[in-house]
Amino acid sequence: MKALYSLFLVFALAALALVGAGALGMEKAFGLYIPFLAVAVFVVGFCMRVVDWGKSAVPFCIPTTCGQQESLPWIKQSTIENPSTTGGVVMRMLLEVLLFRSLFRNTKVDLHEGTKVTYSSSKWLWLGALAFHYSFLVIVLRHMRFFTEPVPGIIAGIEAMDSMLQIGAPTLYLTDLVFVAAVTYLFIRRVVVPQIRYISLVQDYFPLFLILGIALSGIFMRYFAKVDIISVKQLAMGLVTFSWNVPEGIGVIFYIHMFLVSVLLAYFPLSKLMHMGGVFLSPTRNMNCASRKFRHVNPWKFENVHYHTYEEYEDEFREKMVEKDLPVDKPLAEGAE
Amino acid sequence: MSDLPRPEALFANIDYTPPKADWMDVPVEIKPGRYCYAANPDSVNYVGLPHARKWNPLDDDWKLPENWQQIIFDGLRERLHKFRSFKIFMDICVRCGACADKCHFFIGSGDPKNMPVLRAELLRSVYRGEFKTFGKILGRFAGGRKLTPEVLKEWWYYFFQCSECRRCSVFCPYGIDTAEVTIIGRELLNLLGLNIDWIATPVANCYRTGNHLGIQPHAFFDMIDFFCDDIEDITGIRPEPSFNKKGADILFITPSGDVFADPGTYTCMGYLMLFEYLKREYGLDVTWSTYASEGGNFGFFTSHETMKRLNSKMYMEADRLGVKWILGGECGHMWRVIHQYMDTLNGPDFQSSRMEVPTNPITGTVFKNAASTKMVHIAEFTADLIKHGKLNLNPKRNANVHLTWHDSCNPARGMGLLDEPRFVAKSVVEKFTDMPEGTIREQTFCCGGGAGLNAGENDELRMMGGLPRANAVKYVHEKYGVNMLGCVCAIDRAVLPNSMAYWVPEVSVCGLHELVANALVFPGEKERETDLRGEDLPGMEDE
Repeated sequence: MKALYSLFLVFALAALALVGAGALGMEKAFGLYIPFLAVAVFVVGFCMRVVDWGKSAVPFCIPTTCGQQESLPWIKQSTIENPSTTGGVVMRMLLEVLLFRSLFRNTKVDLHEGTKVTYSSSKWLWLGALAFHYSFLVIVLRHMRFFTEPVPGIIAGIEAMDSMLQIGAPTLYLTDLVFVAAVTYLFIRRVVVPQIRYISLVQDYFPLFLILGIALSGIFMRYFAKVDIISVKQLAMGLVTFSWNVPEGIGVIFYIHMFLVSVLLAYFPLSKLMHMGGVFLSPTRNMNCASRKFRHVNPWKFENVHYHTYEEYEDEFREKMVEKDLPVDKPLAEGAE
Repeated sequence: MSDLPRPEALFANIDYTPPKADWMDVPVEIKPGRYCYAANPDSVNYVGLPHARKWNPLDDDWKLPENWQQIIFDGLRERLHKFRSFKIFMDICVRCGACADKCHFFIGSGDPKNMPVLRAELLRSVYRGEFKTFGKILGRFAGGRKLTPEVLKEWWYYFFQCSECRRCSVFCPYGIDTAEVTIIGRELLNLLGLNIDWIATPVANCYRTGNHLGIQPHAFFDMIDFFCDDIEDITGIRPEPSFNKKGADILFITPSGDVFADPGTYTCMGYLMLFEYLKREYGLDVTWSTYASEGGNFGFFTSHETMKRLNSKMYMEADRLGVKWILGGECGHMWRVIHQYMDTLNGPDFQSSRMEVPTNPITGTVFKNAASTKMVHIAEFTADLIKHGKLNLNPKRNANVHLTWHDSCNPARGMGLLDEPRFVAKSVVEKFTDMPEGTIREQTFCCGGGAGLNAGENDELRMMGGLPRANAVKYVHEKYGVNMLGCVCAIDRAVLPNSMAYWVPEVSVCGLHELVANALVFPGEKERETDLRGEDLPGMEDE
């Protein structure tokens, strides 16, 4: 049901662009103003969220230690999984952000006859997530050819790599295939695995469909509708150089694509997609684990805290302590029983 | 344990299929056997926590203060600002489900709200529904809920079914730590006086008498003295421990559970023997405190402030006695608090300038890893002694033991104490076999009763939560003949014997220093016939 809502929402958004840029002829709005606004919302919103997180304090040093601590010199420390130096923390974060280290550990639990539980390695989510994020990154990077003139060598290089199979005209991008497959996998596991379906919300399906919509409209544009790429580049260059104009006859599918991308950009800072920024700030990963070696300072103070001092303790138990010859700070009062 | 089903029946009932209805539509049902009794109001009052009253979780009316919602909202807002961890964990979960089957309580119960992601969603949904624009306008459609008494009850039920073991956070791609969510969740519940008694009363005891069990100084002395009698009977050597001694080199603090109940008591005897040995051989001056007589910290399961208040005694007592540094005994959450909180919480206020960077006076080893907190784990200390050949050990005395090692959650995932205890253990036993990968070290399982959940009344929950650990023990028991489960945690030593008796009755539980003391050979000791438990030593059975 939640998946259907999301699907319907994405269709509605696509229809909006279809009617708006197509029937109503609002190409300028859908080609220039909305994308521009969306980028602004994305940049400002993203920064605001990160600043907002930054304003929250980090009172304690609470990394999750995932290996042997720094201890005696002859005990081999796990310098990345339980880092005690800044270099180690940086390595840990790099592995986490670039290779999804933690997800790589994933296991699956199974119950068997005779009260037996087993755990087996389960790397599909890791593989799917990695395929999704990296193909997305490549796709974003090679889109930069629309916004640059001349196109930097690195972007041209990425594009050449991506189309190295040389199939069809225009040549097929490998990442298009991988990306659609990965998004489909991420969607299917959400509906098929009962636990995942149980925890999924509308805001989990919506970005998946939105991203799938963007991918499919892009693919359709490139391989089937074959929109006028020169005009698209004109429009894109106009956007980044602020000399806004809309070339004639790009085709409505392009505006649908643009609009869905705009929605994604604007939705990004409001949603779970902010995990992109949040992962860098996660205190269980980005802190030095040697918390007995270096004091972490809490920026805020506990107020009006009451302690039970030794004096109060001894006052209550002095007699019993003296009885057992336990040392006391104050002797028993004269005449005490 | 009369109502507890047989292990096979309990196991057969585990069903990982979630209900048909959306989780927000499944009302909370507080089941006997899975919840702990409400806090005794006297205990809540004693430490001055708010809204102490008699209440019963099974009643409809929890006698909440009139403005309870406001209290929660204010508390939530304050904590979002004070804890970046909490704020980020509320915001960035993508519900990928990697954590879902990592929780021992989920594995053993199948209750979907024990999936870490859903446990956090219980709070996150209210955060969205009451604090976020989308959630306020769109409600359920944006995953938002309003804070109702039913939601509050659900929080209470499930935040006291999480042992803050952090296993889920090892697997989370963003390191989201359910422990952090549970800690804040319980802190909010405590604002309304909704603690459980198995936490609240130890907290009050600890505040007053210095330890969770409420042992007063004279009784503490007697209990230790009694262990010394036993040790004398077994070894012919009588330890002469010192208490509250000013000018001692080292203050030793261990969980009071070790003083109180088997098999922790054998570990406690182990400490006494080790210190006596070091005193006689090398002149080491260690003292015990009756005021700071608790290593553990149930304040940690109540609120950050309560944790600070109980923990402060360690530095205050070290200052009063003028010791150079503190040595800490075998305890789990105690070491999470010491390693990750103590120096921040109480270092600036109470750490004496007379304390020094811990140095083992016998080996000269400087514990640089404890340079600031100035507190060393006894496994680190003993490992150093053994490595330098300072202990005369005879592992043959433990020849009857085939040991496997339970990494306690907090020292594993909140510290990284993994190889020190293994090194010590392998130096004092002849047979050692680790459990399978994925069940030990950073992926270790909770005993099933951590974070204050080892009450009697929630036995079903404890046995469910204990299943993953017991299952791995059963594997090495059946395959390799393992008969002893070692650990460095007093809660483990209280929980695991029950869990083993239930799931793997052939395996016993022990602490590290029980094994050390059995192997430790004193100069001039009499020939031992039994181990510390009074069981015949290998080769002594027929005599």
